[in-house]
Amino acid sequence: MADQPTARTVLEADALARAWRRVAHEIAEAHTAGGAVILVGIQRGGVALAQQLGETLGGIYGQAVAVGSVEPGLHRDDLSQRGMAELRPTELPGDLADKVVVLIDDVLSTGRTVRASIDAVMAFGRPQCIRLAVLIDRGHRELPIRPDFVGKNLPTHPDEHVEVRTNDSGAPIAVTIKK
Amino acid sequence: MSWHRKHLLDIESLSAEELTTVLDTAREFKAVGERDIKKVPALQGKTVVNFFVEPSTRTRVSFELSAKRLSADIINFSADASSFQKGESFKDTARTLEALNADIIVIRHKAAGAPHFLARFLKAHVVNAGDGAHEHPTQALLDVFTIREKKGAIAGLNVTILGDILFSRVARSNIWALRKLGANVTLCGPSTLVPRVFEQMGCRVTYDIDDALAGADVINLLRIQHERQRKTMFPNIGEYARLFGLNRARLAKAKPDALIMHPGPMNRGVEIESELADCDRAVILEQVTNGIAVRMAVLYLVNGGIAEEL
Repeated sequence: MADQPTARTVLEADALARAWRRVAHEIAEAHTAGGAVILVGIQRGGVALAQQLGETLGGIYGQAVAVGSVEPGLHRDDLSQRGMAELRPTELPGDLADKVVVLIDDVLSTGRTVRASIDAVMAFGRPQCIRLAVLIDRGHRELPIRPDFVGKNLPTHPDEHVEVRTNDSGAPIAVTIKK
Repeated sequence: MSWHRKHLLDIESLSAEELTTVLDTAREFKAVGERDIKKVPALQGKTVVNFFVEPSTRTRVSFELSAKRLSADIINFSADASSFQKGESFKDTARTLEALNADIIVIRHKAAGAPHFLARFLKAHVVNAGDGAHEHPTQALLDVFTIREKKGAIAGLNVTILGDILFSRVARSNIWALRKLGANVTLCGPSTLVPRVFEQMGCRVTYDIDDALAGADVINLLRIQHERQRKTMFPNIGEYARLFGLNRARLAKAKPDALIMHPGPMNRGVEIESELADCDRAVILEQVTNGIAVRMAVLYLVNGGIAEEL
C-alpha cells in the first residue's frame, strides 16, 4: 500500500485564519503608512489570498489597501525544462515609485517563482522595496530568498505536494499534503 | 489551456481550443506591449531565423519585433540576397540555417506546403509566415484576435470577406479560424476570384455585394493580388472598385457597429474608399499592433508548449 497516493489535511480553517490575520498585523507593524503598501498576489495561488489579506489589512489601517497581481511565467528560469507557463494577467496599480510592494504567495518552496515575480515587478517600475509574505513555507529553497512574513512553517518531503484551498472570498480553509 | 504543438504550420489542423489558447496567450502579450518596458526574457538565448523566400516587409518586421520583445536573437535571411541564385536547393539552405543553431525558423515561401516540408526534416520549430495561396496562420490569428477584442466573442458573428479569395492565403486561414470558432462566413467578389467550391469550407458565396454586406458584423477586405494571377481575372481596376469596392452607401447595409478590416497593404480607392479607411470603424492599424502580440504568443507557444497543470 506504500505506493497509494495519499492526501492528508494538515491545517484547517481556524488555524489558517489566525495565522493569516497575524501576518496582516505584522505587515501593518513593519509598514505603518498604509497608503504606500501594495499587495501583489503571485499568479495564481497568491491572487485570492492577496485580495482577502487586503481586506483585513484595510481594516487595520483604516483605509483601503491597493491589491494587484503578477504573472511570473515570462521571467521563469525553467521554461526549457517544464514547458511554457500558461499566462495570466499582471495588474499593478499605478506608479510603483515610493511604494512598498508585498508579494503574496500561498506556498513558498524553491524560491524560483518569487525570483521571477521580483523581475516581473521590476519591469514595471522601481518600488521603494519589495517584501514577501507567504501562507506556507515548506522549505527546500534553491535560491537565497527568504520570506519576510510567514503564516505557517510546514516541514515536508521534497516529493510531496502541498495544496492550499481557499473559499470564495479568498480566505484559506485547508492545507493538504499529497504524496 | 494546453498546447503541445512543436510547429505552427496551418490553421486547418488546429482545434477551437488551441486557437483559444493562442488568443488568450496573445492577450497577455498585448498587455506587455503596452508597458513602459515592452520586453520580457521568455525566449532569452533562443535564435529565431526569418527565412523569407518571397518578398515581405510587414510580416517580417512584425515577426522581428515579436522575437526581440521576447529577448530572442533574430536574423533575417531573404532569398534575393541568398544562395538560391547560386543554385543551392531549398532543403540545403534550410539545413544551413539550422546548422546556425536556429531554434525557430519562420518561413515565407511562394510554394504551398513549404513549411510542412521543412517541418518533416528540421529539428527546429517551424512557423508558417505565408505559403503560396495556401495559408497565412498568424494573419488569421491576429484577425480573429482583433475581432474577439472588439466584439467580445467570435461565435455567431457574421463575417464578410470581400475580394480576391481564390489567390488569398489570408482568406483560407481566416475561413478556417472563423468557422472553427463558430462565425458565419460570407465570401464575395468577382466570380472568377470567388469560386463556389469555397462553399465546401462552410461558407456562403454570393456575387451581390449588397447581399454580402447585409447584417455583417465584420467586413474583411482583401487586396487584389496581381502578383499571383497568371492572367487577368476581371476587366480592370476601375470596374472592380465600382462593383466590389467598399463605400459609404454599401457600408450602410452592414450593422451600424460593423468593423472594417484589411490585412494590408491596402489600395485606397480600389478595395476601400479612402475616407472609410480612416473612419473610427476601421481597425486596420490595430490589426498591425495586435499582430505583434499574436506572433509573440505563437513563438512562445511553439518553443515549449504548455503542460496541463504546472
